[in-house]
Amino acid sequence: MIVKEPFTELFIQENKSIACMKKVGFVLMITISCTLLFAQTQKPKQVAKNNIESSIANGKLVYQKACLSCHQADGGGVPRLNPPMSESTTVLGEPKKLIQIVLKGMTDRIPIDGEYYSNSMAPHNYLTDKEIADVLTYVRNSFGNKAPAITANEVKLVRGGKKK
Amino acid sequence: MKRIFPAFGFVSMSLLVAITACANNNDTLYKTQHQKPMAVIADADNAGLKLPSGFGALKVADNVGRARHITVASNGIAYVKSGRLIGGKGIFQLKDADGDGKAEVAKTFGNFSGTGIIIKNGYLYACSDEQVFRYQLDANNDVINPDQPEIVITGLISRGQHANKTVALDDAGNIYVNIGAFSNSCQEKDRSNGSKGKLPCPILDSAGGIWKFKADKLNQTYADGVKYATGLRNVVGLRWNSQTNSLFIMQHGRDQLYQNWSQFYDSLASAELPSECMYEVKQGSNCGWPYTYYDHLQQKIMIAPEYGGDGKLSYEDYMKQVIKNTPVTVSSSVNSKGQNVNPTNFALMADDGNKLKMDKWFQKPAAAYPGHMAPNDILFYTGNQFPEKYKNGAFIAFHGSWNRSPLPQKGYFVVFQPFKNGKPSGDWEVFADGFSGKDVVISTRGAEHRPCGLAQGADGSLYVSDDSKGTIYRIVYSGK
Repeated sequence: MIVKEPFTELFIQENKSIACMKKVGFVLMITISCTLLFAQTQKPKQVAKNNIESSIANGKLVYQKACLSCHQADGGGVPRLNPPMSESTTVLGEPKKLIQIVLKGMTDRIPIDGEYYSNSMAPHNYLTDKEIADVLTYVRNSFGNKAPAITANEVKLVRGGKKK
Repeated sequence: MKRIFPAFGFVSMSLLVAITACANNNDTLYKTQHQKPMAVIADADNAGLKLPSGFGALKVADNVGRARHITVASNGIAYVKSGRLIGGKGIFQLKDADGDGKAEVAKTFGNFSGTGIIIKNGYLYACSDEQVFRYQLDANNDVINPDQPEIVITGLISRGQHANKTVALDDAGNIYVNIGAFSNSCQEKDRSNGSKGKLPCPILDSAGGIWKFKADKLNQTYADGVKYATGLRNVVGLRWNSQTNSLFIMQHGRDQLYQNWSQFYDSLASAELPSECMYEVKQGSNCGWPYTYYDHLQQKIMIAPEYGGDGKLSYEDYMKQVIKNTPVTVSSSVNSKGQNVNPTNFALMADDGNKLKMDKWFQKPAAAYPGHMAPNDILFYTGNQFPEKYKNGAFIAFHGSWNRSPLPQKGYFVVFQPFKNGKPSGDWEVFADGFSGKDVVISTRGAEHRPCGLAQGADGSLYVSDDSKGTIYRIVYSGK
């Protein structure tokens, strides 16, 4: 049985539409929270929406350059070598831990969701606070994931206050 | 009713096909009448594989753990090493009771996961990532004491990356084990942008090569073995060639030329390079890692970017340049003309007692293949079932790449490499394809099956193990 896997472009296209659907849900959630928080005014709602969307769009570019070769176009990772981005409790979990992995890399031989992955990840501290926030926001809202955005300020705090 | 008809049609068609197949199969009739073993017949769909004309394939078994390597005894009993413990066990014994080719798991044992497994001289040798064990076999090739293996080698380095151990045995009582380098290219900071290579690479003391031990001596450690071949980043497939009486190995080339050195390589060059290499190694072979890599497009050994290379500087040109400026030793960074020489360039001599010698050039591969396809096993075909051209040639199982973006991934097939007089001769060809179940694999996880291990059956058929779904394939030749 031969199942044709879409070429990259088609795949990205398809991925985009999934991401869009996720985005819609996500943005809706943000919108509701914003409405509750800023019931007096309409402006912040629009601002938040634009921020998330541009963060995800920018994060996708960062992912393609810095992450895709190991974690793969579908976010599935490589069995036994590089952990997946999809269905990952680490990706969906505590932002601080996730930011630290990007900044410091990871060489620990610990199981992730019950599986061992043997490649080491290099520190990615050359990325700016905004790039890290964007790529994590993208990853947390792609490949079937849905988790709150991460802000540049959160990255800055984990990095140790020195903004890059 | 309308919806039932197509299903009914399909079922009756299938029955018809099955009946026709049975009617045409004299062996089946022969078996029922005479209770003799059936001949092995290929599955109707050749187990989903694409094969050369005259060949067929069947699924021997499914879900055999994470089937890494496989070995088959003379009476057809197969042992499979799982990359993960299943119910606490890491070795699967497969038996085919009625000889139709379909086997059942008869026994599981061994409380360690790993890759390497091979039968030799009445023993089953099996590897964890730190140790090599062996089990004595009885006259029926059954394991005598499945709960008490002997430890042949212990204390081998296993630090995450390239920790798999596999073994080959020669005909003189020696066992060879690969010890992979726990690094991509021996950088000061592993897999990091622009990080220089360590000089000399300290990993090579105890890893990044093939070590030789005694096959029948127990509890051996590094001190009992000898470093047989070095400069090998990661080897999963190695096999003793009884025709040449030498060891052949398949190296996994380094990753991330573009990701870490984008000033020298574009993403397309990095997808294709470096080559995956076959080496015929002897005592003292040095295959160059991490200082060099092989480029099959230029057919040259190249200086690695971590050690002063730029994607254009070949090892040969570099050596000529250095030799012109002799004498140079690694202790001095000034050559005979009083010029300062980049100290990293001396990496190439560092392993050779700090002396530059023409005869210590790094070894060229016996054959080279496109990058990142991950050759996980090699087998020399000595059977009589396949056509003459396969005799003494090599089958290579390419596990399939993850590191070829932006191009689609490549590999996920078994290759045939023709040999003549003990050397690779002529172009390699894809022998068995279709393991991935896809025309194009973009992301590794999209591949359904991944060929990992090879074994030859007593009848000359070829077994292939898949560590993704644990499928065991058997390829047979029935053409004339």
